[in-house]
Amino acid sequence: MSLVYAFAIAAQMGCGVYLLLSRHVVRILLGVVLLSAATNLLIFVAGGLVFTAPPVIAQGTQMLGGEAANPLPQALILTAIVIGFALVAFAAALVLKAYRAMGSVFTSEQTDAEALGTPFDAEVARNG
Amino acid sequence: MADFLNETALFWPLAIPLATAALCAALWSLPRWQRGANLVGLGLTLAASLVLLNAVMSDGIQVKQFGGWAPPFGISFVADQFSAAMVVISSILALAAGVFATADLRRRQERSGFYPLFNGLMVGVNGAFLTGDIFNLYVWFEVMLITTLGLITLDRTRAQLDGAIKYAVLNLFSTILFLMAIGLLYGVTGTLNMADLAIVLPQAQGSVALTVAAMMFLLAFGIKAGFFPMFFWLPASYHTASIIVSAVFAGLLTKVGVYACFRVFTLLFEVEDGGIRPLVAFFAAGTMVFGVFGAAIQWDVRRILSFHIISQIGYIMLGLAIATPLALAGAVFYIIHHIVVKANLFFVAGAIHRATGTYDLRKAGGLMKSSPLLAVLFLIPALSLAGIPPLSGFWAKFMVIDASFRGDAAWLGAVALFVGLLTVFSMSKIWIEAFWKDSPRKTARVRSVPAGMLAPIAALCAITLVIGFNPEPLVAFSHLAADTMADQAQFIAAVFNERQIAGVQP
Repeated sequence: MSLVYAFAIAAQMGCGVYLLLSRHVVRILLGVVLLSAATNLLIFVAGGLVFTAPPVIAQGTQMLGGEAANPLPQALILTAIVIGFALVAFAAALVLKAYRAMGSVFTSEQTDAEALGTPFDAEVARNG
Repeated sequence: MADFLNETALFWPLAIPLATAALCAALWSLPRWQRGANLVGLGLTLAASLVLLNAVMSDGIQVKQFGGWAPPFGISFVADQFSAAMVVISSILALAAGVFATADLRRRQERSGFYPLFNGLMVGVNGAFLTGDIFNLYVWFEVMLITTLGLITLDRTRAQLDGAIKYAVLNLFSTILFLMAIGLLYGVTGTLNMADLAIVLPQAQGSVALTVAAMMFLLAFGIKAGFFPMFFWLPASYHTASIIVSAVFAGLLTKVGVYACFRVFTLLFEVEDGGIRPLVAFFAAGTMVFGVFGAAIQWDVRRILSFHIISQIGYIMLGLAIATPLALAGAVFYIIHHIVVKANLFFVAGAIHRATGTYDLRKAGGLMKSSPLLAVLFLIPALSLAGIPPLSGFWAKFMVIDASFRGDAAWLGAVALFVGLLTVFSMSKIWIEAFWKDSPRKTARVRSVPAGMLAPIAALCAITLVIGFNPEPLVAFSHLAADTMADQAQFIAAVFNERQIAGVQP
């Protein structure tokens, strides 16, 4: 079972890294989304994945039953999903704003930061 | 009252900036009120951090279990000497930045939410320094990331949006690596509390998962801290931000990554085994050399200083690479000195921009005649960064280089000395171009630098001078902090003893 998950995670991570290497900003963003989703799965598998009862304390008892799932990885993943969602939402807004400002979604054409205070352009202007 | 303050000392450096951020957000349409609330909040944070340092110095490591859950199940907050000192020095820097902001920020930038974001950043920074839980550390990293993204795009210029994309993608990648490492670590050990991990990990059998987790921690923190092969996001984005934002980032953000590196690789993983040590040494040397070479070609003050952040991180990592008590003490000293000096240089860059209207050194000039006070105030942090005695940078460099020669890593010491020489070159370049030479413009109109800018620069210069002329107390403190940091038993005992004090059933 774990092996199936391992292959699934590996495939997802591979796709994520592939997209991350793209020049298209939206693809990069999707790559980040895939990577963080794969990471959440990784925590599940690392935390010991078994078919069991949900980790809910039955009425009248003080503790989880012996066969209940480990609730901690679930809590970790919930936190990670919430944080990841916020960051991806911000990044998507950033990409949209950058596209509107610079008129391109390709990193090769988004060079405004590099052009700011560059040591090279002025030299060219001076020599030419 | 004093007892109450000591009891809750760990709580206030987090609660005050959080409350200030909320208050500033509530006062959204009243920038003037926000400014006041910001200054009061930063002042109170500094006071609270001093109380915390005092508590740590008198009573040893401070521990609190937030929510009252006993360790290792709850989230512990821990302050030892190192983390308390980091909180104090970042609070000092934040207050200086708050004062600088009164003179530097434009109305539009205040309207864009500078104050809530800035205080939010301080919550994240202080939280990262004080937490004793590895997953909680990840959460603080994300708090820092989202607020820094807001701060970097404060003006929403094209360059800032472009820089922010690069910053966002590489830092998101770093936190994803961090989270993966945490997942793997949890899978092997079944715990996330750092003190509990320090107990469990030495007993655990070496496995592939542990080695991979350690490497991922190193990579994740390395991206955050700006190590040699992973620093590219830093010079691509820092120079685009507003200068006060750059100063705070330069002082604090990379240092949080370095702090996390020190915490994880002294408490959880030994630097000695697993081949981490030669790797860190390689990173340290590369970071020093390539940072300073990158700076040599630049003409923009902010870009020169951005590359120097990277170069200086190498010196701090040198301490971790050697990992003797002497080297760790040197690294602690270096971090404290570096936060003050580096942020101060960015503040001076802001003042240069105010006076000459440009960050480009080729267009600036004549500042020595027009504002000699600023020239002196630049010279102190610049010479300190280059390590000229008797300023603080000399003692910091002396400690790490001395440790590297004693710790069988003479080649690292040699690299450090060579890089120090090139640092002098960069600093004298700024000095000659901006201060010494006459202004290249025919009708040079030099504006005066307001007192609100000069005061924080002078205050940080005073700290540099005090450390420089009287290094003994800080050296002694660094040794104490390094000894506590290297002594895992003390950390574990402090975290687990708290349970009895709190009266919670184990």
